[in-house]
Amino acid sequence: MRRLLMALVALLLATPLGAQDLAEVSLPDPRQEAEAVALMDTIRCVVCQGQPISGSNAGLAADMRRIIRERIAAGETPEQVRAWLVERYGDWVSLQPRASTTTAPLWLLPLLALAGGAWIASRRLRRRAR
Amino acid sequence: MKRPVLIWLPALFGLLLCGLFYAGLRNPDDHIIPSTLVGKPLPEFDTPAALPGRGGVASADFTDGKPRLLNVFASWCVPCVQEVGVLARLRERGVDITGIAIHDSTTEVADFLARNGDPYGAIGLDNEGRTQVAFGSTGVPETFVIDGTGRILYQHIGVVTDADIPKLLDLMREGR
Repeated sequence: MRRLLMALVALLLATPLGAQDLAEVSLPDPRQEAEAVALMDTIRCVVCQGQPISGSNAGLAADMRRIIRERIAAGETPEQVRAWLVERYGDWVSLQPRASTTTAPLWLLPLLALAGGAWIASRRLRRRAR
Repeated sequence: MKRPVLIWLPALFGLLLCGLFYAGLRNPDDHIIPSTLVGKPLPEFDTPAALPGRGGVASADFTDGKPRLLNVFASWCVPCVQEVGVLARLRERGVDITGIAIHDSTTEVADFLARNGDPYGAIGLDNEGRTQVAFGSTGVPETFVIDGTGRILYQHIGVVTDADIPKLLDLMREGR
């Protein structure tokens, strides 16, 4: 009886391991899994376009999740995997804008606005002080 | 005093933004994401044969000096049924068409071809969408023109219709 129970438990444990599809199943290394999930949260699904692939049920999003977990398990850094995807789908696929000549205004405009605001504020304050 | 002029500046800026947003309304994001690999060599890939007795598809098959069409399709894809007839007409005109079936199975592909006609040479089976992602493809059907050196000349997103035949034939000539 005890043996049968043990066998049953073993069987229950073995099934999910046998049916591991990295599109849905976490990596065994928690640090790698955290990296993979963080990356998935910032890769845009090319089918249902407003969503990151981490929250999409599209087949292609699952394919991308699988590729991301495999590449990270193989030792690539998340940014290498992101670059690999951007090489194929363009900047569009990344929800985290990269610094490049096309995205420069995106990064520089807030700095310019801040500098402009500081300039206006300093002039005002100086005038008030006088 | 330049103050009276400056006071209009924010309003002007606001109007400019309104104009910009209005133009954006008329020009929505077209939601078609072209592959950025067009003009570049085919990525490395290797797919097993979808049908017994017919070869699978690998990137090395495309460097033999012959231009080819690479058609990404699936037996479950409804518009592909319509497209297969157009591909058959392209084949009649001497175009070599290689297929890659996405998320599919041998029996389903065989059934699909028996029902709708078979314009393909080799057909690869890509059950995990690896080739599709490697290509920067976003769905089915999609058709790539590959030149004789294995470079991607053109990506056609969506169904190929009879109206696209002249353009594809031109590209095939260019790819020789």
